[in-house]
Amino acid sequence: MLLPDGFVAIVKRDCPTCTLIEPVLAALAASGRPLTVYSQDDPTFPATGHVVDDRELAVSYRLAIETVPTLLLVEDGVETGRLVGWERDEWRAFTGQDGLGEGLPGYRPGCGSRSVEPGIAERLAVRHGEFHVRSRALDLPELADDQEYCFERGWSDGLPVVPPTAERLYRMLKGTSRAPDEVLGRMPPLLTEVTVEKVAINAVLAGCKPEYLPAVLAAVEAALDPAFCLHGLLATTWFSGPMLIVNGPVRRALGMNWAGNVLGQGNRANATIGRALQLAVRNIGGGKPQDTDMSTFGHPGKLGFCFAEDEDTPWTTLAEDRGVPRARSAVTVFSADGPIGCVDQKSRTPEDLIYSLAGSLRAIDHIDMVNAADVVVVIGPEHGRVFDEAGWDKARATAALHAATRIKGRDLGMGTAPGARRENDDGLKPKFRAGGLTLVRAGGPAGLFSALIPGWLMKGELGTDPVTREIRA
Amino acid sequence: MTTTLYDPTGEFEPLARQPLAKPATLAGLTLGLLDISKSRGDVFLDRLAARFAAEGVTVKRFKKPTFAKPAPVDLLQDIATQCDVVVEGLAD
Repeated sequence: MLLPDGFVAIVKRDCPTCTLIEPVLAALAASGRPLTVYSQDDPTFPATGHVVDDRELAVSYRLAIETVPTLLLVEDGVETGRLVGWERDEWRAFTGQDGLGEGLPGYRPGCGSRSVEPGIAERLAVRHGEFHVRSRALDLPELADDQEYCFERGWSDGLPVVPPTAERLYRMLKGTSRAPDEVLGRMPPLLTEVTVEKVAINAVLAGCKPEYLPAVLAAVEAALDPAFCLHGLLATTWFSGPMLIVNGPVRRALGMNWAGNVLGQGNRANATIGRALQLAVRNIGGGKPQDTDMSTFGHPGKLGFCFAEDEDTPWTTLAEDRGVPRARSAVTVFSADGPIGCVDQKSRTPEDLIYSLAGSLRAIDHIDMVNAADVVVVIGPEHGRVFDEAGWDKARATAALHAATRIKGRDLGMGTAPGARRENDDGLKPKFRAGGLTLVRAGGPAGLFSALIPGWLMKGELGTDPVTREIRA
Repeated sequence: MTTTLYDPTGEFEPLARQPLAKPATLAGLTLGLLDISKSRGDVFLDRLAARFAAEGVTVKRFKKPTFAKPAPVDLLQDIATQCDVVVEGLAD
């Protein structure tokens, strides 16, 4: 911006230091060199000199004023010097006016500039700064309710959303160092371009804090990996939707939940990160229920399904198993139905517990189906203790579960009477494909339970594979 | 001050909804006449009703409580469920 030559002062009447130096400004105005005063709160202050109304704070914002009074020296439209607060000797040397401020205290700190008051930075950046949004701007009709407008435009999953205003989008984009126009891929079913900015708008809708955005971006990237087969998952008649499991330091940084009610409601990060992914699918991709999303039932977790793993156990973490070390954060996306509880309050050895869990796992999808879907088993702390105290690591428990969930061929025969089954087939068929049984640790401290979370019936190359992405700032 | 919201969609669809295609004929359809409660709008709509009825069209009449506000949801639903086509009457 081009500034008027001479001295330029930025003041506000509300600041005692500014009112204290009102005679100093008057003396400067009379000194021959031009003085322009920008007043942040009252254009009638100070009483003398050339005062410019800066109540909109456009000049204060562009000059990055943090304290008033600030005095600038401007030559040929360019700032060549700056003083902050009142320090008489400094002002005298800076202005060349030896008698300036005689009789005033020698030093007074200034006050905070109105342009740096809490909460105002985003508004000024949007109004006066370099904030360019590529997405379509929609002006709310006069008297329209912003929430109802979002519902009417079809942006909601059925629950209220946070209207994506410029200030909220600005704050959200501060959560990542990635450029708003960076393209993450194409979102099915419409295969529309997914930018960081579009994801950020949906993160606002979902109720995310800006610091959640990197996790949301990683989740979207993971879901867009062709291996995850998001298009098929969102369109299937089966129950499943995407489920996110978060690992690493970001769990604590975002205040995520891996303890009590871990799969339930009540934690903002868990709830809104999962929701942001689903809103991105809905809004960016156009995947809507009873439309492209042909799910017969769906399940409540399709509003958003995200939790963190308990990493304070002897077991390796999910992300570690998938190649991301503990010091780094990652999100893994699975296809997931609702959780099924497995209660066993009697087993005190891993072998007994494996027997229990395997019985419940064999019934997933249908007792007569094998190799139909993958499953995530969330081992609760009290079940986990049984493995830990016996020195069983995750690999051993997983292998034991694979072995114990095999089903005899003679027992398979969905839709056929017992007599019509392959009575002579005593061969054991694996219930789950290799790698199709994923064990993680989470849950509250009380309860000898684990949670079985089956996935979409189409798995692996025929359907979906879990995908892990590192979370980057 | 106007509130501006940013579009979270892929912007694949036009901003304004496209109207349904106009029917080729009104034969056999039910036509709704919506009086928005503007002064003398009923005079115009009375004439329209008579003309449509003479053509053998089934005519149903509806009225908004006030032209100053959007039609109540119940009224919109009544019209949508009972009519195939609608004429919304404006007058002044």
